[in-house]
Amino acid sequence: MADLTTDFLGIKSPNPFWLASAPPTDKEYNVRRAFDAGWGGVVWKTLGSEGPPVVNVNGPRYGVIRGADRRVLGLNNIELITDRPLEVNLEEITRVKKDYPNHAMIVSIMVPCEEQAWKDILEKVEATGADGIELNFGCPHGMSERGMGAAVGQVPEYIEMVTRWCKQYYSKPVIVKLTPNITDIRLPAAAARRGGADAVSLINTINSIVSVNLDTMSPEPSIDGKGTHGGYCGPAVKPIAMSMVSEIARAPETAGMPISGIGGVTTWRDAAEYMTLGCGNVQVCTAAMTYGFKIVQEMISGLSQWMDEKGHTSIQDFVGAAIPNTTDWKYLNLNYVAKAEINQADCISCGRCYAACEDTSHQAIAMSEDRTFSVIDAECVACNLCVEVCPVENCITMVPQEAGTVDQRTGKTISEEYGNWTTHPNNPGAVAAE
Amino acid sequence: MGHKISGITAERLSSDELAQNFSDLHTPLQPHEVRVAADRCYFCHDAPCVAACPTDIDIPLFIRQISTGTPEAAAKTIFDMNILGGMCARVCPTEELCEQVCVREVSEGKPVEIGRLQRHATDTLMAKGIHPFSRAAQTGKTVAVVGAGPAGLSCAHRLALLGNDVTIYDARPKAGGLNEYGIAAYKTTNDFAAREIEWLLSIGGITLENGKALGNDLALEDLIGKFDAVFLAVGLGGVNALEVAGFGSERVSNAVDFIETLRQTPDLGTLEVGRHVVVIGGGMTAVDTAVQSKLLGAEQVTIAYRRDRNAMSASRYEQDLAAQQGVKLLFNMQPIEFDTTGDTPMLELGYSTVNNGKVEATGETIRIMADQIFCAIGQRLTTDAGLALEGQKIRVNEVGRTGLTGVWAGGDCALGGNDLTVTAVAEGRDAAIDIHNTLMGGA
Repeated sequence: MADLTTDFLGIKSPNPFWLASAPPTDKEYNVRRAFDAGWGGVVWKTLGSEGPPVVNVNGPRYGVIRGADRRVLGLNNIELITDRPLEVNLEEITRVKKDYPNHAMIVSIMVPCEEQAWKDILEKVEATGADGIELNFGCPHGMSERGMGAAVGQVPEYIEMVTRWCKQYYSKPVIVKLTPNITDIRLPAAAARRGGADAVSLINTINSIVSVNLDTMSPEPSIDGKGTHGGYCGPAVKPIAMSMVSEIARAPETAGMPISGIGGVTTWRDAAEYMTLGCGNVQVCTAAMTYGFKIVQEMISGLSQWMDEKGHTSIQDFVGAAIPNTTDWKYLNLNYVAKAEINQADCISCGRCYAACEDTSHQAIAMSEDRTFSVIDAECVACNLCVEVCPVENCITMVPQEAGTVDQRTGKTISEEYGNWTTHPNNPGAVAAE
Repeated sequence: MGHKISGITAERLSSDELAQNFSDLHTPLQPHEVRVAADRCYFCHDAPCVAACPTDIDIPLFIRQISTGTPEAAAKTIFDMNILGGMCARVCPTEELCEQVCVREVSEGKPVEIGRLQRHATDTLMAKGIHPFSRAAQTGKTVAVVGAGPAGLSCAHRLALLGNDVTIYDARPKAGGLNEYGIAAYKTTNDFAAREIEWLLSIGGITLENGKALGNDLALEDLIGKFDAVFLAVGLGGVNALEVAGFGSERVSNAVDFIETLRQTPDLGTLEVGRHVVVIGGGMTAVDTAVQSKLLGAEQVTIAYRRDRNAMSASRYEQDLAAQQGVKLLFNMQPIEFDTTGDTPMLELGYSTVNNGKVEATGETIRIMADQIFCAIGQRLTTDAGLALEGQKIRVNEVGRTGLTGVWAGGDCALGGNDLTVTAVAEGRDAAIDIHNTLMGGA
């Protein structure tokens, strides 16, 4: 049986599934139930400075993008940080951590960019006994208008400065949560590292308007006829987040830095994928908000089963395993040739591959009178579109062509040598192959 | 029905039970079911379902229109090809047409529910009282349509749409043909047939004259003289008779009349049905009669068909529907003698085999109780109006032209097709287009 125990920055948790800083982790009641349900850790919903708490809108806070059967694919929110008094949160954090010593308890923080403000709250958080802090440099709505959240995360110098304060006034691990609403995720990550951060977590939510009401002409969620951009999360953002994670994992300035992966983790498989790209654990929010805390049971059983099947005994066996295979386009092997192949036994003759290829790609699929669809090797560029639009899994596959055979499309013999763009004759800047 | 025949009686069930039994066979899809059902469509290229539809409705397109929240546009797509798309959504044997060839039926045994989705779309638009067509500029041409069944209505609508003026003559007091008089009640509830016609006629340019039958009140040569063209869609007015000893009994009647009475009655409780009912035949009429007998409260209902299951013109789906309602299906069995002399009337049935396509008796027999027998062994043309026939139907070409200039025919009375509502609609539509082109000096 695989061991799911996770050691992230020295913080132990029974499994790599943490709940992200968000509504599910806003109070003691939820967090106790989450731990009881099996979650390995939580990042407590973001605390702000002492004083009158923030206020939230009193209308709808969420909007969604749906798939078939009303499945939630993307969730957008305009909720702010915790709207409960600081003292109440701190008391609850203290109590829960005491009762759940083996679970990870991280406190998310967002206060103005003033050293004293950070010093004040860090002392209080230190006293709770929590395992670490996460700096919320990511919220893209509301708080960013007040110079916090994403407004900090978009300025690497601020990230470095605040991170340094935190490392100065707080003794335990500091995780910097990054906003994706920037052009190059490597810059804020590098700034966090320079400031002394122990880890980065990403992504926070993406600026989004999920829908416009065509009757009222208001973006949604609509508050008395007006809408504002919110923060987008859920399964739809996973590809964006994973790409950003991989960039941080690969960049020389940030390589090796611990990462907590966030963004659309819904199943054990999502978690495993994030971890192969270098994440020491993952944080979940939308899936829990959609289905409740119980989903962690599937995540635990699924990851365990997969690890057993693959012979992984611990999380460390596969964290980062896909990084060596993540590269730049220019290093992809241009001598690798594949062709689509349609398994006629599985084909249901819907013709979607034909329509897609004929109308929008390379006219590489032939259709016969009796609706038999076949690949024309002389036209197929192996783009994979037919595979993606086919409703039958594995009916169409991309078959690598053997070296030494002739590519019907180019008329050239397929080389077994690796050859990429950097040395390609069509590349004006090509360097001689060595 | 002046006197009472023992064993045949009304009010076998309470009015509540009857109302329940004769409610919609397939209930309309609920909004969320619509979304899920529509989402299952793969939007196939050159879709097999379209090829299988006698009216060539662009099914993937209308389902996509439903899935994007525009069932009204979906309805327009349907009505463009089939103006009786509402009725066809209810009565089409989709399991033998579009849904049979749906790639998801072929691959998973669960087709996209095309019929029910079509009903959702058409019902939505009709409920809004919208008729999505307006007539082209007047051509000044007039056409007589004889028969207000599916073929006649479809033809009339298309002709009116193209700018022609149409008069429909029908022998019966109500328009609709088999839609009104001949389809099982649970397939077209709430007077749908009549409501559909009212909606169809709202395009304008169509005059309906009921109670005018060809041969009695109308003569073909008069119509040819009075109108620029004539379309005959008189259906099959006669029922085939069965020569069986004892079938002269008052306990034996024809199924078509039974269904017609049932469709027209304001009170199902007044209908009389036997305790032990036997239906002779193997088509849709036989199934509709058997199932409705059961729903009226008959205890035991048996269908006896002289060939095997596969030869039955009622689809397997309809056979299963009957079986599900408790109807017993007997195959390779034909009536020999109906004995009403004793206290309990008994029907003797003989086993048969099919040899070179011909039904032959094996000599073995059984006797079953039967206090009521319905014959449903097919219908035939009664009014040929002097036109050339082929296979006992009016001979027509692929667009409905008869041997006589200026006269077209379609629907069940004409050659070709398969006696389905949807086929009649297609024939009426195609004849209308040919009539119009001909009158306008085209092809």
